[in-house]
Amino acid sequence: MVTNVTNLGRSGLFDWIIQRFSAVILAAYTLCLLGSFVAHPDMDYLQWRSLFDSSPFRFFSLVTVLALCVHAWIGMWTISTDYLTSLQLGTKATFIRLVFQAGCALLTVVYLLWGIQIFWGS
Amino acid sequence: MLVSIYRYNPDTDKKPVMQDIEVSIPAGKDLMVLDVLELAKQKDPSVTYRRSCREGVCGSDGMNINGRNGLACITPISEAVKPGQKLVLRPLPGLPVIRDLVVDLSIFYKQFEKIKPYLINDKPAPAIERLQSPEDRAKLDGLYECILCACCSTNCPSFWWNPDKFIGPAGLLQAYRFLADSRDTATAERLADLDDPFSVFRCRGIMNCVAVCPKGLNPTRAIGHIRSMLIQQGT
Ligand code: SF4
Ligand code: SF4
Ligand code: FES
Repeated sequence: MVTNVTNLGRSGLFDWIIQRFSAVILAAYTLCLLGSFVAHPDMDYLQWRSLFDSSPFRFFSLVTVLALCVHAWIGMWTISTDYLTSLQLGTKATFIRLVFQAGCALLTVVYLLWGIQIFWGS
Repeated sequence: MLVSIYRYNPDTDKKPVMQDIEVSIPAGKDLMVLDVLELAKQKDPSVTYRRSCREGVCGSDGMNINGRNGLACITPISEAVKPGQKLVLRPLPGLPVIRDLVVDLSIFYKQFEKIKPYLINDKPAPAIERLQSPEDRAKLDGLYECILCACCSTNCPSFWWNPDKFIGPAGLLQAYRFLADSRDTATAERLADLDDPFSVFRCRGIMNCVAVCPKGLNPTRAIGHIRSMLIQQGT
């Protein structure tokens, strides 16, 4: 058993499932958006607004922002533990990796809050 | 035929060099790479490599042959190089070199040890032996044949990045071999030991391992089975 303190779900299986589940949500949202473009070929700002003002779509958007943040965090965490290791960087690796992960975490939280503000702010 | 061999003695050399040795191949014969290596060693006795069985059973002469991991003793030169090309021999990638084509496999064996490669059964031993039905026995086919040559794990990018944390295809194939064994009673403990973000889940399904296994085994499929067992156990 390899233990690590910085990953999301503590268990590899949990991370793995969340990663796939969030990918499905992202794909579904993309399809919905594309679908609404196809359904309204000459969509104007008012139609665009009313789409994003409807509660189900706002809720869906919020869930998608959450899924995006979780997906991004697991992905960036995995990348950092693949490439920023003591094998490639020597003794400074842990420090560099933690700084990188802290940066990713901060960005993720900022995007999450920003997303919530955009969809639910006013 | 020109053979280019990776030469490195970490005690005396600053960095590795490729040494070209010309060997003459008997006309009309398709030698194995190991035979060519023996001919090269006759020219320069300091060339160092491991070998034992010379028939693909012991797993000691795994090496990188023209960019592809394989056992020198069962790889014919006609398969390894196109006519007129050089035969290029390097050690298995990603592991510390002890000398020339000999690598330090300690970390590979450590990953193997981690999966407890032996039957665990806490029931009292029967008078003669633990029996297994032919169907249960058949589940071990494609698993037990592994000779631990390390061709697969040293061809796996995930193992290159995290050889201390990711078990690697060879170890995981054996992990599944014991998970699948009807006589083993430690399935839950074995699975619990594998359920972290590194041991199994660093496998990205690149299938480099399947592409090189000289015994034609499929570690990726075994890893998929382990993953399904983890999912079943977790839900
Ligand atoms: S799975 Fe194949 S390549 Fe890997 S160690 Fe076993 S025999 Fe060698
Ligand atoms: S399938 Fe998995 S174990 Fe095999 S080479 Fe790819 S990442 Fe490595
Ligand atoms: S010498 Fe034994 S496998 Fe090649």
